[in-house]
Amino acid sequence: MASYSTNEFRGGLKVLLDGDPCIILENEFVKPGKGQAFNRVKLRNLMTNRVWERTFKSGESLEAADVIDQDMEYLYTDGEFWHFMLTDGSFEQYPADAKAVGDTLKWLKEQDVYTVTLYNGAPLSVTPPNFVELEVVDTDPGMKGDTAQGGTKPATLSTGAVVNVPLFITIGEVLKVDTRSGEYVNRVKSS
Amino acid sequence: MTNEPVWQPSASQAALKSRAQQLAFVRGFFAHRGVLEVETPILGQHGVTDPNLDGIQAHVSAGARTGGWLQTSPEYHMKRLLAAGFGSVYQVSRVFRNGELGRRHNPEFSMLEWYREGFDDVALMSEVSDLVCGWLGCQPPETIHYRGAMERWANIDPFEATDRELRRRCEQWLEPEQLADLSRDGCLDLLMSFAVEPNLGRQRPAFMTGYPASQASLARVSTWDGLEIAHRFELYIDGLELCNGYWELTDPQEQRRRFEADNRLRRRSGSPEMALDEAFLAALERGLPECSGVALGLDRLLMIKLGVEDIREVLAFPFDQA
Repeated sequence: MASYSTNEFRGGLKVLLDGDPCIILENEFVKPGKGQAFNRVKLRNLMTNRVWERTFKSGESLEAADVIDQDMEYLYTDGEFWHFMLTDGSFEQYPADAKAVGDTLKWLKEQDVYTVTLYNGAPLSVTPPNFVELEVVDTDPGMKGDTAQGGTKPATLSTGAVVNVPLFITIGEVLKVDTRSGEYVNRVKSS
Repeated sequence: MTNEPVWQPSASQAALKSRAQQLAFVRGFFAHRGVLEVETPILGQHGVTDPNLDGIQAHVSAGARTGGWLQTSPEYHMKRLLAAGFGSVYQVSRVFRNGELGRRHNPEFSMLEWYREGFDDVALMSEVSDLVCGWLGCQPPETIHYRGAMERWANIDPFEATDRELRRRCEQWLEPEQLADLSRDGCLDLLMSFAVEPNLGRQRPAFMTGYPASQASLARVSTWDGLEIAHRFELYIDGLELCNGYWELTDPQEQRRRFEADNRLRRRSGSPEMALDEAFLAALERGLPECSGVALGLDRLLMIKLGVEDIREVLAFPFDQA
């Protein structure tokens, strides 16, 4: 496997640290004019999502982590695994476990496309698109004509996610939701 | 992610105007003091032995000569001018250091370097203060000693601590296995960079002096309070290292010993050994007059003038856009 020396460090690089795949978030080069150089590096552990700060002597190197992001369509779950399929026409399928799916579970809709991060060829994490469109399956009765009011109420979406929506939203409507904040964006006009 | 080439400059027009004014200020300063501006090669036949500096090798083929190095500093050539009797000289030049890129570093940068015949380190510090504070409009710097700064901010005595105590102190930043092959000076550099430097020059500019002899580089060493101290100084403003100066070593034998010691350190750390610049050593043999010299980073000086945190804001085209 390839390795990266400190002068190749940059944001986005995927490396192995203490056996775990990590992504470099920030890399700061520190050097007194006449002294030893160091790199102060911020990394996110892709297994635990924890952010680490580590110092390296200039010239040290880290092994590259075999981590790649792939676009995949969500197919179905058998209760133990969530099955995804590459959208590159190969129809190759990958089973992701509950740990890999994580919080994305509440945004998973069949036939939608997600970013699946593979580590050594197996799904490590699943990232939803920034915006998803999901149907409201449960919410208190709508209050028509009350569109100007600022009040909100919880609504349950088809995937089980609960988001705060304006009072006028009714069951059966399709909503656009920002998956990063979990916030309602707008109603999607039904065609 | 996009791979569109970036053609626009990285610095603003205002920053580049200020750069031009800074250069005019520097030239006016030295003209007024009767110091001669010189130009010496940025492409030389020799690099430096300094174990912590990586030169950038050139591949020249001209006459019977091949190879060459982009200079990390114009020091050796300028000292040859002094040895030839040219008196005090200054130079604004581009210098090159491999592997150095970050918010405070670019592999190519602008250096103001000058040598004052007859000055000791204290006299030169006073001139640095006149130049820097004349341009920035700051208070004159206070002077801080290496030992006191280390004791205060790194909580260790850099002269008395054992290697083991130093390593243990460094474990806040490095794992024990990373520390195993870090030299005593490497440990001191780590503590200086991470524990001390961020605190320097916060209230007002600060000169650091009294470096251990092991970090003398090309400065002379004397015994002071029973400790071997290098006549070397640096200036810090807002935690940023601005310059490095010496009361220059003039002893050719001692200079050769230091170059050879550098190469031993290089060999030990697996870095390539560097051929000694015999023309420079010959000039010392002929006799370098008593002098002090200093190298000051002009890009960083401009960063402070403009209050910016990233060197990219003062460079027309940083290396990744050059």
